[in-house]
This record gives sequence, structure tokens and C-alpha cells, in this order.
Amino acid sequence: MSLVGARVVRKEDPNLISGRGQFVDDVKIAGTAHMVFVRSIEAHAQIKAIDVSAALECEGVIGVWTAENLELAPLPGVPGLERPTLAKEKVRFVGEAIAVVVAENSYAAADGAELVFVEYEPLGVVTSVNEAMADNAPLLYEAIGSNVVMEVPSPDEHQEIIDAAPHSVSMHIVNNRCAPAPMEPLVCLADYGPSGLTLWASFQAPHHLRNTVSSWLGIAQDQCRVITPDVGGGFGAKVNFTPELFIAPTLSKLLGRPIKYTQTRSECMTEMYHGRAQEQDVDIAFDDEGKILALRVMVYQDQGGYADPTGMGLPALTTTMAAGCYMIPNVSVAWKNIVTNTTPVAAYRGAGRPEASYLIERAIDQIAYSLEIDPVEVRRRNYIPTENFPYATHSEIAVYDSGNFAGCMDELLNIMDYDAIRDEQEKNREDPGKPLLGVGFASWLEIAGFGPPGSLEGFGHLGSWESVQVRIQPDGSAIIYTGASPHGQGTVTTFAQIASDYLGIEFDKISVRHGDTATIPQGIGTLGSRAVAVGGEGVKTASVKIVERAKQVAAHLLEANPEDLTVEDGNFSVKGTPAQTVSWAEVAWTSFRPLEIPEEMEPGSLDTTVLQQVPNFSFPSGAYGCVVEIDKETGDTRVRDMYLVDDCGTVISPMLAEGQVHGGVAQGIAQALYEEVKYDENGQPTTGTFVDYLIPAAPELPTFTSGRISTPTPNNTLGAKGIGESGSVGAPPAVINAVVDALRHLDVTHVDMPATPQKIWRILQGGAK
Amino acid sequence: MIPAKFDYKPASSAEEAIALLAEYGDEAKIIAGGHSLLPLMKLRLANPEVLIDIGGINDLSFIEDKGDHIAVGALTRHRLVEQSDLLKEHIPLLAHTAGHVGDPQVRNRGTIGGSLCHGDPASDLPAVVLATRASLLITGPNGERKVEADDFFTDFWETAVAEDELLTEIQFPKFTGQEWSFQKFNRRAQDWAIVGCALQHSDNPGIGMINMGTTPVRASAAEAALKSGEANSDVADLADDGLSPPSDIHGQEDYRRHLSRVLLGRALDNS
Ligand SMILES: Cc1cc2nc3c(=O)[nH]c(=O)nc-3n(C[C@H](O)[C@H](O)[C@H](O)COP(=O)(O)OP(=O)(O)OC[C@H]3O[C@@H](n4cnc5c(N)ncnc54)[C@H](O)[C@@H]3O)c2cc1C
Repeated sequence: MSLVGARVVRKEDPNLISGRGQFVDDVKIAGTAHMVFVRSIEAHAQIKAIDVSAALECEGVIGVWTAENLELAPLPGVPGLERPTLAKEKVRFVGEAIAVVVAENSYAAADGAELVFVEYEPLGVVTSVNEAMADNAPLLYEAIGSNVVMEVPSPDEHQEIIDAAPHSVSMHIVNNRCAPAPMEPLVCLADYGPSGLTLWASFQAPHHLRNTVSSWLGIAQDQCRVITPDVGGGFGAKVNFTPELFIAPTLSKLLGRPIKYTQTRSECMTEMYHGRAQEQDVDIAFDDEGKILALRVMVYQDQGGYADPTGMGLPALTTTMAAGCYMIPNVSVAWKNIVTNTTPVAAYRGAGRPEASYLIERAIDQIAYSLEIDPVEVRRRNYIPTENFPYATHSEIAVYDSGNFAGCMDELLNIMDYDAIRDEQEKNREDPGKPLLGVGFASWLEIAGFGPPGSLEGFGHLGSWESVQVRIQPDGSAIIYTGASPHGQGTVTTFAQIASDYLGIEFDKISVRHGDTATIPQGIGTLGSRAVAVGGEGVKTASVKIVERAKQVAAHLLEANPEDLTVEDGNFSVKGTPAQTVSWAEVAWTSFRPLEIPEEMEPGSLDTTVLQQVPNFSFPSGAYGCVVEIDKETGDTRVRDMYLVDDCGTVISPMLAEGQVHGGVAQGIAQALYEEVKYDENGQPTTGTFVDYLIPAAPELPTFTSGRISTPTPNNTLGAKGIGESGSVGAPPAVINAVVDALRHLDVTHVDMPATPQKIWRILQGGAK
Repeated sequence: MIPAKFDYKPASSAEEAIALLAEYGDEAKIIAGGHSLLPLMKLRLANPEVLIDIGGINDLSFIEDKGDHIAVGALTRHRLVEQSDLLKEHIPLLAHTAGHVGDPQVRNRGTIGGSLCHGDPASDLPAVVLATRASLLITGPNGERKVEADDFFTDFWETAVAEDELLTEIQFPKFTGQEWSFQKFNRRAQDWAIVGCALQHSDNPGIGMINMGTTPVRASAAEAALKSGEANSDVADLADDGLSPPSDIHGQEDYRRHLSRVLLGRALDNS
């Protein structure tokens, strides 16, 4: 029986649900000291003085360090825009680390941190890209002379086409800043002893961290071991570097003791990288039939107080995917990366692609409003036809691999009764006791399976491959070691499924190990929806190679031809004569015994390591339909139904794929209706707790209705495209299109996210259009 | 999220708690369920030097029929209030509202006394105390005194309970009318109300409003209109009359005023 595609139960769960998971904070080493940071309470200020004397008197405090008495290289980052590891002279956002207190326990460290007094001289603050770009705006980096730290101008060659087009619409839209807020904040534990450094960290890419920390510290990689045990979520925010990961090893070396840091929730909300934070100018030109003639996109990316390499790359991803699943003859894009006195911005589930699908899917609905054509129909008129793949886009980065956009929409209309919803909508408008209904669509497309050679190197990674090593044990069981270190995805399960199919070893006899640079032969990590599309492919590649060699052993034992053998359910047998079989256990055992294997073989030579590459990205797509209800009196807006058709190519594990979609859609609904990181005019965060930053939970979410079509990618032999970020890409435009649809009788054409009840109430009162 | 250092003194009786309060003065704070106090301490917004834990005083947890009223001990957990048959029968508004405080974890720890003494205008149960015109028994070094609901909430997060006193019991007059309603407008199931309203409709109607001022407040104008038999919609229009709702990240003042009228309208129509 094939396990790829089977609804298996997660191998990870028994440990996690019985409390046997091991997270970094669970790791206890005798003699550990704890560190707590003193963080800036000003958004932009000169540091005049830091008084640590009272903290040093505090019982249990071992020491206090600032940029003055701890020489630290800046964080690895963007050349010319390096972030000091501890603030020097100046702070640029609330939450920036200024000093670190180390104490015998975390209580004493927190008490000590309270006794460090920082004298600030406040500077002018900019909290939005508009303020930052204004004339005479206070500058974060005087030396650069502008808050715009990178600019990619548009060739702007399409102005004439737009002017000449029968119709065009311009929008300025905001993609609201979100906080990743994983259940487990950042935690790290550094133990720098005579034989080198061991660093436990809640991180998505252990080798990336090992490579970076060792070169930052100037130690050999063999003496630097990074362990990422169970990781309680990351959503992209745990691939990028923050000071704690470098300061813990530094102080551990200095003090000769293990140093632990456990981020508080309050710190996590201001110090962990945020996501989205874009504003966009979008112009779309189209003919009388609604066929798109030109699209122009200008992205203003808020980088926060410090520029991270991934953050700087976000607008490239957004503009690459800006045309979505439509055939648009003329596309021009441009962007600006802008620093502001806010938390730095980097990858957050979807990273640049939700911003793209949102802008194009909003633009498509604008065409529908202008021409009074059904939004489904406008989409159909512009889809890239299935026969046009591979499809070269306006961007060099994106050559779409495969897709069936019309097929996704057909399936969506199969699982939702569109006409009935439209009827209900009509009736509800007239009935004062009924909520306003709105229905919205998104035909979304994203770029995943990162990626082809060169794609991740630009973000500072060693490569874009993924490592898989399969070691056959003498009893015929297998252990897979992979660099695709998961943080909740279920990789232990999916990789075992793939291996079981291609090795012919039972699922229960395959373990997957990850998250330790001492045992895993190199690796990249889990990000960019790549674990299965790249790492999973590697599992297959390695398995196929192993079986080829194992068949030689089996053939030797069976006195048959290797070509005549098949392997399944733990047995090798001769095609046509199934009685002639030998078990995997026997083959494995034999493979380690020099006297019993074919002469030309080396003992133990079944084990295989691959650094799997893929020739191109994969492009998952889908069609989502959303029905919202709006309370006519209060403006309260709720998602009533969510219909989800995903096309991620081959599905390895249906249950895990659904789980990824549900989680991503929940985050997408959250962005559309609930979540927004805000600052007051002084740059003080006003959404620093879960009372003010509204993460919805199960009661706020509808039951999801799912459909699926499958268009395999040609870029790996599994045909799997990646599913981790899809929901967060597809859901926000579907929800907002539904919200606007509910308000169309008031001539509303746009509502910025999040669509809060107060915002909707003001519109219902006749406010914003 | 580590609170500042504090000393911990469990009390086994109300008398002991009061003696401890006398001993430690304004350095001390009572802790009941801890669900309002501990978050403040973890954020270091409250830094008491001594915590006097009344959580173990079983004598302060009770729901008793006293003829014309039901007496509820200050330490009674929200969950017990929510599930009490006695309260469901005689003060259904209270039992119902207790079921809307936070989530099950919060209701299993939080106490009615803690909720009232916290004096938060955003809390649910103070509105019920106002709507039901309950009386509150406060015990101190000089014995017991009784305070009416209207005199209990004195300022933002401040109540009539002095630093050396303990709230021990709340007396809810039995409800003889038929109609009551609790309306809570929030975004997530476990959240505090952006605006809320508790209504008991009887000869002497009571309307308590949530998050419509610096303290838990009564909608007096609406109560008077209801008493004099005005139409529901006219009564609802008076929901915010004389009140000064706050503006914050969850709602501006004008939106809160609007919500209060909508919610009172719904309460009247539902009741
Ligand atoms: C996640 C979460 C969600 C919540 N949601 C809601 C909600 O939707 N609606 C709502 O109304 N509340 C909500 N709450 C608050 C909850 O109801 C608290 O339980 C309640 O406010 C305080 O009760 P407590 O027993 O925990 O008091 P504590 O936190 O122990 O004490 C609160 C204050 O009262 C004082 N105190 C306590 N008991 C006495 C006494 N007998 N005499 C004198 N002083 C006393 C304490 O010194 C302290 O100042 C929520 C809390 C949490 C954590």
C-alpha cells in the first residue's frame, strides 16, 4: 500500500501530547546563569548615559554589559546598515536591546534589569513609511541621508498604455503589520566550554545558525554545535537573527558558564521580527471586456528600525508575484525599502506573497466593480490557460511551473452554492433583522519550494538544496537525518511516508531525526514552503539509490538478477515468483557482513546522503471563497463560511496538508479582520499584549469546507509543490473582497485590513467609501 | 514575565487575613484568584511586597438562600456562580453573566470578590451588581459594614474597600421580575467587553453598563425612562446619557456611545 497520499497519524504527537516534547527551556544544565535584557523604552533617542551600579548591587546579579564594556561585532545583516548587537549611542525602536544582565537565576536577572537606568535624549520619531519619506523627516541613519535605504525604480514604460486604456483604476492599499507571535517565543541556551560551543535555540534553520554564529565568533564549525529540539512555531520569524543568539555564546565564553535566555511574551511582541508592513500603489488598466492590459505596482516596504536581509527582499517577492494567476501583457514594478522607528520587519508566513495576492485580487475586484461584471467571470477572462505552462512572467525570478486556475475555480463553485449565497445576500439587505452578507473570491498563486540554486543564497543561506541522509540499521529499520528542521510541520511523518514508499520499509520502522548540527550532515532549514518539495524529494532520491544497492544484496541472497526484484512491505521478492523472497532485515544485516555480500560491495554501503537540488520553484495555487456577515448596527464582521480549494500538486499527507491550510487560513482571516501591530505617534507600541493584539481562536473561525485539485509540479519527481504558506496567501483577499462585497450597495470599493467593527460602522454611517 | 520579589502569607480565615492586613499595611495586597492581580504583577505594574492569599479560606466561598436575598461569599469562583441552581432560579442575570467572564480557565480561578474589588469598568460582574442593586459586606478591624452597590465603585480601579478591609459577602436581592438580559460586545470569545450592558427589568429596573466610564456605571437616565414606561427605543437612546465612555484602541468614544444604545436596545427587546 502506498503511504504517500495516505491519511496517517502524526508520529510527533504521542510525545507532544503526553508532555514528553523537549523545548529549549526544558533543557537544564547545572550551573546555568540567566540573562535578561534592558530594552529601549524610547523609539528614537540618543543614549546619554547608562547607570548599572544599582543592578550590580542586586542580589544574584553576576554582571551587566552594555556596548561600552562588551566589544561585539554588529549582527550579520545588510552591508552598510549593520545593526549593533547592543545599541550604541542611539536606539531606533522600542524594544531594542541596550544592556544585558546576567544573574544566578532568571528572577534575579529580571530584578537587576529593572535597576539599570538609561538616560535618553529623545529624537523625532517616524512610525510610518509616509512620515519617514516626508521632507525634513527625522533620520534614523544620518550618514545615509534618507530613510529610504533602497530604491528600485520602475521603468514606467506603461504610462501610455494606461492612459490609452478604456478603463483604469488606481488604489493605495495597506498591508497591515502583523506579529508572528509563535506559541514558544525565542529561547536559547549557550554552553561554551573548553571543547567548543553548544547552542540550543528555538530556530528554524540550525545549520544556518551554526554557520553564522561560528563565523561571527571566529570559531571553527566543528566546534560549534547547534541543537534545535522541539520548536513551538516560528512562522518565518525564527530564521532571522536577533542579538540574543550571539550574546548568549559570547557571555557563556566570558563567564565559563552556560547562559540561558527565555524571551517574555512582551519582548516577543516588540523584539521578534514583524511581518507584512507594506503600502502599495496599484494601477490596473483593462478593456471593456475586463481583460487586463497593464498592471503597475509601487511597493513601500516598512523595514522597521533595522534592515534585515530577508526584510529587504520582501518587495522583490511581492512584485515578482504581483500578476498572480493572470495573463497580463504589461507589468511594471518598483519599490522602496524604508526605515522607521518600529520593530524590524522580516519573513512572516507567506513573506511577500500574501502582499502580492492581496493587491492583484483586490485589483481584479475593482475591474468587476467598474464594469459590473461578476468577479468570478473577470477572473476567468484573465486566467493563464493551462496549456501555457511553463509560463514566463514579467519577473526573471518566476517561471510558473504548472497550474490549473480555471479548474480550481470550477471546483470551488462545486463546493459552494454561489447562487444561493447571492440570493440570500439580496434578501438580507432588505431585512433589518438580518446581517449584511458578502461573498469574496481569491484565485491566489504563490511561489514556494525554495528553491533553485541561487535562490536562498541571496538571503544569506549556504545553498538552496536540502540535505537528507538515510542510514539503514542492521535490523532493516531506517533513520533519516535531514537539515529540513521542522517547527511544527510534521516533517517526521511526511518524510517517513515518502521513505516507506520508496525504500519498501514499513512506516513504523522509519525514524526521522533533525535539528542537530553534530549529527545532521549540513542543512538549510524549514522556510519558504520547501520541506517536502526539496527535502522530501531528497528522501525519495536517497531511497531510490539505497534500494538499487540493496537489490544487489538481495539478489545475491536469492541468487536472482537485481533487475528482477521488487521491494514492498519490508520484503524483496522476485517478480513473478513471489515465493522467492528475502526480508529487508536480512538484506540489511547482510549488508554489514563482508563475507556475505557481493565481492564488489563495501560493508555498510547502503547509507546514502544527498544534497537535493530542484531546478525551479514550485507555484502552489488555489481558489478560495469567503462569506462574511456584517451586523448592520454594530459593524461586527465575522467569517461565516470559508471554502478552500488548494492545488499543491501531489499531497503526501492529506491530514497534514489540511492542517497547514487551516492554520494558514486562520492567520489570513486574522490579518484581514483582527490583527494589526500599532504604534502611537511617539513610536510606543499600543498592541503589546494579547489583550490588545487580537489573535483569533477557534470560536472566531468558521468550519472550513475543503476541495482539492492536483496539478503536479514538473520540478520534482514527487510532483509536490509546498503547502505551508498557502492559507495565509489566499485568505486575506478572499475575506476583504467579501467585506467590500457586503458594502457594495453603499458604493464602497475598498476597506483596509483589519476590517474592525468600528471601521465598518463608520462606513455604514456614510463615512469612508 | 517575572514579578518583583514579594512575601507570601496564606490566611486561613477572614480574621487572620484582616490581622495580616493590619500588620503589613499598604505594602500588602490580598490575592484571591489572582487573575487580575498576577498579570499586573508580571508586567510590574503592581509590586506589592506582601501577598495575603485568601484563596484557601473555604468559609468565604458559599451561595446561600437568605429569604429575601441570596448571599454569595466573596471567594466564590465564577464557575460556581455560573452553575448554581439557586442563582439560576433567583438571580438568573448573575449566573448567566458569570458564564461569560473570560474562558473556562479564568472562570475556574477568578472569584466574584476579586472581580468586584478590582473595580475595573471593563469587567462584567460589577454591571450585574449595579443592575441587581446588590449590597456588599466589607469586614475590617472594626467589624463589618454594608455598602450599597452605588457607593462601592469609587474611582478607576478603586472601590469602597479600604486597605485594611476585606470584601466578604455580596447580597443579591431575589429577582421577582421576569425579564433580564446581558449583552456583551467583544471581538473574541474570551475578551473583555468593548461595551456591555446588564439589565434587570422589574418595578425598579436596573441597568449596569460595562466600559462606559472610569468606573462601572449605571445608566440612570435609561432606568428612569424604563420605569416611567417609555418605549424601548427611547429608553435605549438614553443608554449613554450622562456617561463618559473612554476612547482606546478597541473603540472610540462615539462608537462606544453608539454600541451602548444598540446593546441596551437589544437587551430590552430580548428581555
Ligand atoms: C484571560 C483573562 C480573561 C478575562 N476575561 C474577563 C472578562 O471577559 N470579563 C471579566 O469581567 N473579567 C475577565 N477577567 C478577569 C477575571 O474575571 C478575574 O478573575 C477577576 O477580575 C479578578 O478576580 P480574582 O479572584 O482573580 O482577583 P485577584 O486578581 O486575586 O484580585 C483582584 C484585586 O482584588 C483584590 N481582592 C480580591 N479579593 C478581595 C477581597 N475579598 N477583598 C478585598 N480585596 C480583594 C486584590 O487585592 C486585587 O487588587 C479575565 C481575566 C483573564 C486572565
